[in-house]
Amino acid sequence: MMDVKIVNPFLAAAMHVLKTMAQVDAKPGKPFLKKDDLAIGDVSAIIGITGAARGSMALIFTEQCIKDIASNLLGVPFTELNHEVRDAVGELTNMICGDARRRLAEDGFVLKAGIPTIVGGKGHTIMHIANGPRLAVPFETSQGSFMVEVAFSGPI
Amino acid sequence: MVVDDFSTMRRIVRKILKDLQFQEIIEAENGVEALRLLESNKVDLIVSDWNMPTMTGLELLKRVRADERFKGLPFLMVTAEAQKENIIEAIQAKVSNYVVKPFSPAVFTEKLAKIIPQGQ
Repeated sequence: MMDVKIVNPFLAAAMHVLKTMAQVDAKPGKPFLKKDDLAIGDVSAIIGITGAARGSMALIFTEQCIKDIASNLLGVPFTELNHEVRDAVGELTNMICGDARRRLAEDGFVLKAGIPTIVGGKGHTIMHIANGPRLAVPFETSQGSFMVEVAFSGPI
Repeated sequence: MVVDDFSTMRRIVRKILKDLQFQEIIEAENGVEALRLLESNKVDLIVSDWNMPTMTGLELLKRVRADERFKGLPFLMVTAEAQKENIIEAIQAKVSNYVVKPFSPAVFTEKLAKIIPQGQ
């Protein structure tokens, strides 16, 4: 089971982190339940979560979107999906998960997180920790699109 | 010294420190590497992440504070660990100040100014 109240803080955190760190406005689209492991994008990071619930959050970017966001984040232009751009996906995942956990803690849901793992390539897959449904939320920015996926099992 | 397992954050912090006229900035990927660099470099400030493999920023802070040579060293924790209990734990371990990710350069500078005397 996954309560939607756990998902909203992750969406708010994604918008807040991108705005604060990279000056990027991100607009969420319609959430949907995702049944397969295939990433809708070119590079991803996933972070495990424990505590009041057990699960994971993944952040999936299209190549153009993350190159532009990384350029904003670091103040230098990136034209290829190199190690530095991939590293930025990991740090953004870390920050978004942390900000979401802070928001959830205000409602009494205390969660801990691990260290993000970065995966990439056309047609790569994302293995969430929980077996249950994964909620995917697409975002649009002026730089392109990205996706937040959240999957939880446990008592929350 | 900037300590973070992600090069992205090390670069962001390095850029802010450069803009603040810090001259020589060294980097470590985790607490173990930071402790090794402390032995061989004159370090005036540690800016460290919390959540890192091998040795966390909190453990690094405790090791630094337990060492007579470094116990007064300004230590700024820059972390996504923003829950109240994290901050209390860091304060108990004698962190100098705490910056929650995400942050703007202005917030970082303000927090740093409280632990570094002006003109240093």
